Amino acid sequence: MKYVDRFLAAIFVSLACTVPALAHPHVWVTVTSQIVYAADGAATGMRHSWEFDDVYSTFATEGLPQKTKGVFTREELADLAKVNVTSLKDSDFFTFAKANGKDLTFGDPTDYWLNYDKEILTLHFTLPFTSPVKAKDLSIEVYDPTYYIDFAFADKDPVALVSAPAQCKLSLHKPEEMSMAQGQKLSDAAALSGNWGVNFATKIAVTCP
Amino acid sequence: MSVKLSGRDAAFSVAAIILAVAAMLLLQGAFDVAFAQMRPLGAGPRAAPPPPPSGLMGWIFAKQAEFYRALTGGIRAAKTDNTAVAGLLGISFLYGVFHAAGPGHGKAVISSYLFANNETWRRGVVLSFASALLQALVAIALVGIAALIFQATAKMMGDTVRIIEIVSYSLIIVVGARLLWVKGRAFVNELRSSGDDHDHHHHDHHDHGHDHHHHDATCHHELEPAQLAGPGGWRRGLSAIFAVGLRPCSGAILVLVFALAQGILWAGIGATFLMGLGTAITVAVIATVAVGARGFAGRIVRSGNGWGMHALRGLEVAAAVLIIAFGALLLAGYMASERMFI
Repeated sequence: MKYVDRFLAAIFVSLACTVPALAHPHVWVTVTSQIVYAADGAATGMRHSWEFDDVYSTFATEGLPQKTKGVFTREELADLAKVNVTSLKDSDFFTFAKANGKDLTFGDPTDYWLNYDKEILTLHFTLPFTSPVKAKDLSIEVYDPTYYIDFAFADKDPVALVSAPAQCKLSLHKPEEMSMAQGQKLSDAAALSGNWGVNFATKIAVTCP
Repeated sequence: MSVKLSGRDAAFSVAAIILAVAAMLLLQGAFDVAFAQMRPLGAGPRAAPPPPPSGLMGWIFAKQAEFYRALTGGIRAAKTDNTAVAGLLGISFLYGVFHAAGPGHGKAVISSYLFANNETWRRGVVLSFASALLQALVAIALVGIAALIFQATAKMMGDTVRIIEIVSYSLIIVVGARLLWVKGRAFVNELRSSGDDHDHHHHDHHDHGHDHHHHDATCHHELEPAQLAGPGGWRRGLSAIFAVGLRPCSGAILVLVFALAQGILWAGIGATFLMGLGTAITVAVIATVAVGARGFAGRIVRSGNGWGMHALRGLEVAAAVLIIAFGALLLAGYMASERMFI
């Protein structure tokens, strides 16, 4: 009996001690993106439009000076937009792009602003590739590895190609609704690499044969 | 569950269990801090790290997200419908219970502290509740003062949180350093004296912050909680409460600001307190397990040979080092994030 006691106690203790810290989303973003091409057929970058959830929108605009209650003009939100895009740089803009399997890097965002409509904040910015890229396979994912922010593509027209060569084809792979078992299987590798949010990422793929 | 063991094999098996538990504690701590915290969009409260989901964890994870959404939905509903408040409070409590599985609620620090200090379960529970209550109060005070009185922006609130974090993480290091000093000396003393006296019996006993003593067989085995709370006892715990409870959780701040904007700050305050209550219960359970593990290990090695005791003292020292490491890593994460998010 003593040994059974001891054994059970050891198991209980071990289990209790391994309860890991799990982050869950606190911010939700609905993404609409465009992939922009130059006249020569090279992709130059992305135009992002990120719509935040109402709680984060409320939080981010708290205390900002406004002329009319309930309304924020683009000018009144200019400072916040700057803070946002500056901060985003350190998270790689939560945008992970690959050309033929090789990681792409981004330059500083241009042409950024925040829009406030019906208590919802939307961040618009253009994210240029460091250099324009011609690739047979271009893949892009938008996600927060820590999954503090939940990025989801809009249901309607989530991604569009702008001035892309005619033969280029766009496809989207949404994350499947995962069962517990699938989630566990999928996320083990991701968890080891500290990249948990990737499980919830939508994959954009552009093929230009 | 009083366990008497004799013989070398038993001592080894016990040492193996203890080491396994310690390794898991370490692992848990590593997960807690490995993914440096960051603030996602400059204005937001600090983001929290991810990590490995498994069956139970995946379920907790799903519940966290579900309750958080229900929580913010509850505030929306409470704006127009007073009867929704009861539901909101219930959800807040449940969210707190599950959310404590997330980072930033001091499970690891509190557990290590209790383990190293050989505290009673009663103190563990008090510590958990006090730090959770403080955490709720800090969030309420921050939003109340910053938003209501100073018309502060989200960025200012975020900056304030960062200052609070520096203080909190530094305090964690101080608490750990103090423990290391006490436990480290005890450990060294014990190793020294064991060289002289092989038949010596080492007794599990509580440390009052004085030097570690070796007791003869006549010594008492257990101290009453009242004695523990003697001079310096609660004050000692207070530093741990502040170290852990000072940093408000980002979810509470988001909820409070949202409630404030809806004109129902009181509902946000109620939700924050119930969130704290739920958090306290989870942390208290984990803390109680840590205390149980320590007591269990103590009982076993008391009747074993001297090496078990050495292992235990060594683990106490390791727990103290772990606390310092938590503080240092959190502080380093802060530095990195400040460079990143201005």
